[in-house]
Amino acid sequence: MARHGIMQPPPLISVQNLQLTGRRGRGLETPIVDGVSFDVAEKEMLALIGESGSGKTSVALALMGYARRGCRIAGGKIRVAGYDVTEMPPAELRSFRGKTIAYIAQNAGAAFNPALPLMDQVIEPALLHHVMPRQVAIERAIFLFELMALPSPGTIGARYSHELSGGQLQRLMAAMALITGPEVVIFDEPTTALDVTTQIEVLEAFRTVRREEGFTGVYVTHDLAVVAQMADRAVVLKNGVVQEEGTTEQILSAPRHAYTQALLAANTPQVRNAPTQATDSGTVVPVLDVRDLVVGYGGTGPDGRPRHTILSDVSLPVMPGETMGIIGESGCGKSTLIRAIAGIQPWTSGGITFEGEALAPRIEARSAAQRRHLQLVAQNADLVLNPAMSVGDTLRRVLTFNGDAANGAEIGRLLDMVRLPSALADRFPPELSGGQKQRVNLARALAARPRLVLCDEITAALDTVVAAAILDLMMELKRELGIAWLFVTHDLHALRSVCDRVAVLYAGHRVEFTPISALEEAPHHPYTRRLENSVPEMRADWLTDVISLRDQGSEPVPALSSSRGAGCCYAARCPVRIAICEVATPPVWRSPAGALISCHLTSQDLS
Amino acid sequence: MTMNAALIRALLRLVGASLVSLVFVTVAVFFITAVLPGDVADALLGQAATPDAVSALRHSLNLDKPVLVRFVIWVTGLLHGDFGVSLVSHRPVLAMASERLIHSLLLAGVTALFAVPVALLLGTTAAIFRNTLFDRAVSLLTLCIVSVPEFLVATLAVFIFSVQLHLLPALASISDIHSIGSFLASFSMPVTTLACVIVGQMSRMTRAVMIDALGSSWVEMAVLKGASPAHIILRHVIPNVIAPLFNVIALSLSYLLGGVVIVESVFHYPGIASLMVDSVAARDIPLVQICALIFCAAYLFLTTLADIVALLSSQRRHAA
Amino acid sequence: MTVAPFARRWVSVIPRIPGSLILFWLLLALLGPVLAPFAPGEVVSRTVFAPISAHHLLGTDYLGRDVLSRLLCGTGSTVLLCAATTVLACTGGVFLGIIAALKQGLTDTLLSRFMDGVISIPSLLSALVAVAAFGSSVPVLVLAMSLIYMPGSYRTCRMLALSIVRRDFVLAAQMRGEKSGYIVLREVLPNMTGPVMADVGLRFIYAVRLLSNLSFLGVGLQPPLTDLGSLTRENLLGLVYGAPAVIAPALTIAVLTVGLNLALDSYKGKAG
Repeated sequence: MARHGIMQPPPLISVQNLQLTGRRGRGLETPIVDGVSFDVAEKEMLALIGESGSGKTSVALALMGYARRGCRIAGGKIRVAGYDVTEMPPAELRSFRGKTIAYIAQNAGAAFNPALPLMDQVIEPALLHHVMPRQVAIERAIFLFELMALPSPGTIGARYSHELSGGQLQRLMAAMALITGPEVVIFDEPTTALDVTTQIEVLEAFRTVRREEGFTGVYVTHDLAVVAQMADRAVVLKNGVVQEEGTTEQILSAPRHAYTQALLAANTPQVRNAPTQATDSGTVVPVLDVRDLVVGYGGTGPDGRPRHTILSDVSLPVMPGETMGIIGESGCGKSTLIRAIAGIQPWTSGGITFEGEALAPRIEARSAAQRRHLQLVAQNADLVLNPAMSVGDTLRRVLTFNGDAANGAEIGRLLDMVRLPSALADRFPPELSGGQKQRVNLARALAARPRLVLCDEITAALDTVVAAAILDLMMELKRELGIAWLFVTHDLHALRSVCDRVAVLYAGHRVEFTPISALEEAPHHPYTRRLENSVPEMRADWLTDVISLRDQGSEPVPALSSSRGAGCCYAARCPVRIAICEVATPPVWRSPAGALISCHLTSQDLS
Repeated sequence: MTMNAALIRALLRLVGASLVSLVFVTVAVFFITAVLPGDVADALLGQAATPDAVSALRHSLNLDKPVLVRFVIWVTGLLHGDFGVSLVSHRPVLAMASERLIHSLLLAGVTALFAVPVALLLGTTAAIFRNTLFDRAVSLLTLCIVSVPEFLVATLAVFIFSVQLHLLPALASISDIHSIGSFLASFSMPVTTLACVIVGQMSRMTRAVMIDALGSSWVEMAVLKGASPAHIILRHVIPNVIAPLFNVIALSLSYLLGGVVIVESVFHYPGIASLMVDSVAARDIPLVQICALIFCAAYLFLTTLADIVALLSSQRRHAA
Repeated sequence: MTVAPFARRWVSVIPRIPGSLILFWLLLALLGPVLAPFAPGEVVSRTVFAPISAHHLLGTDYLGRDVLSRLLCGTGSTVLLCAATTVLACTGGVFLGIIAALKQGLTDTLLSRFMDGVISIPSLLSALVAVAAFGSSVPVLVLAMSLIYMPGSYRTCRMLALSIVRRDFVLAAQMRGEKSGYIVLREVLPNMTGPVMADVGLRFIYAVRLLSNLSFLGVGLQPPLTDLGSLTRENLLGLVYGAPAVIAPALTIAVLTVGLNLALDSYKGKAG
């Protein structure tokens, strides 16, 4: 091929005019991927970038000569490491997969067989393809475990998949892929399901093994910041068609195609919020005031606290018209907090007031006005709208229930408010896209004319571009209607772009409570800092910087005593832990910039 | 340690629940069959039912006492192994039922021996070759079998094997068996019929279980590792489907109980089910009671067994 | 105007083919006695087990009665009895299932325990015991079979309703303060019509099987009433001659149950 010139070696992977089709049930075949072509040179890492429905995973699987049930490779040529993938008979394909080309799946929790110990599965490719004897394979697996910084590499293989965390399984899956020393490794969104702090460890592990093993890679992802860390070149896909191809640097700094530019814009952090002048000086009554809320399960102990706590003494005042952000990783209790405020999660102690009046724990016991003025917008738009009720009927019911006029004009106005055409009123939820559903969901909350809207991860299930538009809409509504928002998220970018104040939750504790302006200024709680540092940035050396920063900062910390008592909730993971952290509850103090921080260390220590 | 304690607690809860069900069943059987006392005496005496004779019989059967008193008498009897005597033959019902039970167990055992492996194989192959002609044929055939009442399968079997082909005798009778040949001949019709019914039911459930497992991410992963279909089935799928398959087997065998009733009646097989049908027709209440209790106990035993296997297999993984 | 799209949706989730099949059988059951050329109990021929002829389209039975007439009446009793059973069982099952899912807690526990108790007795046995106690009159059969099949319907509907109740739109309605009646009728029920209809079809098949089995054993419908099971039983001797008297009712049962099950199967395949 002319592009590579005469002196260059031929590409290790060459895809030409690939056509993939799929069908649902007995319906017609429709194209999934149409005319995709790209090359990958030896030892190169190519990113396949695309949002949901772009066909990126289908392309990646086609490289292995595999198509999911209902799909097939309808045309084109795929050459991988000298093999003509589309022409190989089944037996040859079997000896090709797992030996020449290996696959790392998105959800390692589901991709490992729950009934077999992990080591058996990790070394299975080596035994299947007779690459090495069992004992050698085990030794190599342990070597790879060590390389990827897995805990207790010698014994971790004896465990089962449900006993390990997602980040650990993802690294084990990488070891399983690399056990045979394949020439090509496919990474299919391997860190998408992980928390940001875990993602760093996994990304670093991938980079380490790539440096040591030197394979050719294809990295499938929707996250441009991850692309910047991992890939040399990138192909941007949309609806099964290549939009743009180029080096990572070019794609991320000077995208040529309009779609890539939109994708990049949606990924770039930006402030959408015009900050509200909300203060808790005491003159204004908070619209919502959560005080020392304790939520738990398993009954209460002799000290009056639950046996297992989900939320410990969380306090959160929300001022009228402001956007309060709550951030934390999975399991930090943020959804529980939202559910308690919404009246569907009983609490053990503490209290919540709404516009100065106490909120009953159970929704049934709250007044009609309270129910109306406090609205919840939940995460999964598929579950939020009644599939058997048209959009118009859904909105109409809220209006009539609250005794408001429910004519077509009013419904049109509500739809217009969330930037949807009024013709949508006759449609049913299954006919809408994810973004449209989430807009209808917002409209339903707004139909009640709320004072406060609880948003539980409302952008988490959406593609980046669609999510960015929803955030824009939120801020427009905030300006137009002056309502307060409680915005729960795990995404620091989204949080920064819309919030006035932020509460950081860790293991059910509010470790920091800060105005957004103070978020940029030290000092911060060690967990907040870690969270901030973990959000991938679009520059290529971000990961290298973070890792080196972490390594030089890691002074020996006193070993954690086994008994976990009343100490700081973050002590076990804290890099700057001191002895007292394990035994005493940390005090709350205010930083010069205005952040409330719960930590035993002082402002100077943390700066 | 705590794991074992939790396991034992869970097991005890399972066994306890089925014991509660057994009590429920016992009480239900008694009260349903005991509510119309006059009827029984009238029915037994038939033409000879003078008022005196009826009241004498009612007295001898304790039918003139309140229902609760009779229940206490009956339960006390049960606990002492006294299940009452037949109203028709005046023999102890326990002896009558137990000699018939052996025959029924023999029939069910031989059927299970054939049906279980065939059904598992059929369901598994249908799942592997999903949507092929083979799968569709198996699906259609098994759907037909599970749709129609059991007696229809039995009638069809008689029609084909006895009437048309003259291969097998239509009636089974244990007393006529003198050689292995005649044993096989008289046994084969009931067993074939019953096996058809069970295979239909079980292979459909097996197929569903296997399709569920074959559609999982870990099977796709195994394919992408380059494993052969045989390797995937043996190494990856089997360990995961043992528990659900045991469940399928136990459920199917409990389903077999219903089939036994029909098959024994159609082929005049002297088992406990035909005894029960006869006793229902004759309204011989003590006999109905013991037969119902035996059937329900067997049914509960099988469903509890299925639950226990499912529990143990999930525990085994967590304990490792 | 506001109802139109809702109604359209409601209708579109009702299984078309299984629905029209049931309609066909119900129609046949109601019109059967009218269409019958002879009185079903009347001995009209001196030949027993007569083959198909112009005069007797399906021949005669073991007493020389017209098989077609008896078949039409027998089909009527089977279909109507089982339809009544299904309506009773499923109305109870759907209603109680949704209540249990919505209320949860003690209501759910008590209902579920009771249903588990009933279901822990094999259906044929419960029916036999009921018949032994109360005799085999039509009300006893219908009530007993309804009670036997209610737990199955209850279980299915409870599971369905549970998965719907957990969805956020029901939560939204509860948070708004909607009454239980509105939630059941507008939020929960419309989202389970498809599977519930499939379940109703399945219960009907089960009822046909059970009633036919009982009648075949001679403890179901008693003469002079006939159904498909008892028709097969009384003409069993005709099997030796391959008489239509025994083949016709047996075939009718098979067409009824297998046809409906096939239709349900394809419907479920399309819906899933």
